[in-house]
Amino acid sequence: MVTVLERDSELRRRAWDAAASVVDPEIPVLTIADLGVLRDVVVDGDHVEVAITPTYSGCPAMNMIALEIEIALERAGFRGPRIRTVLSPAWTTDWMSEEGRQKLRGYGIAPPQAASSRRALFGAQAVACPHCGSEKTELLSEFGSTSCKALWRCKACREPFDYFKCH
Amino acid sequence: MVTANIQVSETPLVLYALRRADDALILGHRLSEWCGHAPMLEEDMALSNIALDLIGQARELYSYAARVEGGGNDEDKLAYLRDVRQYRNLLLVEQPNGDFAQTLVRQFFYSAFADLYWRAMVTSRDTTLAAIAAKSEKESAYHLRHSSEWIIRLGDGTDESHQRAQAAIDHLWAFTGEMFAVDDGERALIHAGIAIDPGALRGRWLTTLSDVVGEATLNLPQADWMQQGGRAGRHSEHLGHLLSELQSMQRTFPGQTW
Repeated sequence: MVTVLERDSELRRRAWDAAASVVDPEIPVLTIADLGVLRDVVVDGDHVEVAITPTYSGCPAMNMIALEIEIALERAGFRGPRIRTVLSPAWTTDWMSEEGRQKLRGYGIAPPQAASSRRALFGAQAVACPHCGSEKTELLSEFGSTSCKALWRCKACREPFDYFKCH
Repeated sequence: MVTANIQVSETPLVLYALRRADDALILGHRLSEWCGHAPMLEEDMALSNIALDLIGQARELYSYAARVEGGGNDEDKLAYLRDVRQYRNLLLVEQPNGDFAQTLVRQFFYSAFADLYWRAMVTSRDTTLAAIAAKSEKESAYHLRHSSEWIIRLGDGTDESHQRAQAAIDHLWAFTGEMFAVDDGERALIHAGIAIDPGALRGRWLTTLSDVVGEATLNLPQADWMQQGGRAGRHSEHLGHLLSELQSMQRTFPGQTW
């Protein structure tokens, strides 16, 4: 019995590691584990089921991510993995790991702030420039190159940058 | 070649999900018409992003409606194989884009409502609807902020932008009453704790509008006559034209997939 449990937990770890290696196609420095998109991995005998949660309702990256997870699991030796999409609890940028935030900054994207700033009306937020660290920045557009980002500009170093919106 | 319309068994819960799905799909489609045409690149991206959020919400709601119905329908059939009279969206969301002011006033009226509506729906006893609401309310907050800022910029801008924004408000006002109306089927869902009463949100919706419109130096109309019909499938002439574009691929090549 103990050996069976050990085998299952070892299998689950391998399946989790395989799924967690998948990166966001739009922000390839972040894995789906960094993002908090990977919610659960269940191994039952030879079957593996991965639960993911969408970032934004219409995020086109989700189909790509689901496909990449299947490929990663097949490569790791799991046959016919199932992907389940869960909506609840709703994804929040608060789930993003500290490591993920640092990776984002290094990639030139300002990481999300605390969720409470979401309802601050009319741009009442201070976002630090990921290039020079200055807080003298301004919002150019509430919506950026992907659903999860807004477009900002640094008034100190003059560089435009993406801000990962809190959600 | 013509594909026959599907039949939908509209129980109160199916109809409820369809109405919200149709609102999101039709408004999302309208916004997508700006893609490549918006007055500046940032707005092109903003309107396309909002369209994407709405179409994402529509997909979840259609899938849920199909699951509740339990027949052979799915999200694609519900979107592509119903005709005008089978659509249940608000008249507001099918109104043409007009000029930029008209698009943003339509968005502002809807987003100010959707923001309150989805926030309240998070407490629904129906766990799927509550989960969809929890995602949608986060997105709606951004949509409302975007359109509010534009109403202020247009209203408190030039004489031309002020006049166009006021004309859009006056023109679209009569389509806002429908957001707060419910029929008997929906009232039963409200009593069961599955839906919430939109009528209870009207006061707060008006406060949001008054705050923004006031700062924009614009005025809300005093007229209280409201046009209804969309929820029951009686639409303006514009929806048929919209659907002919939205559905043209599936109507021309039935069952075609990528």
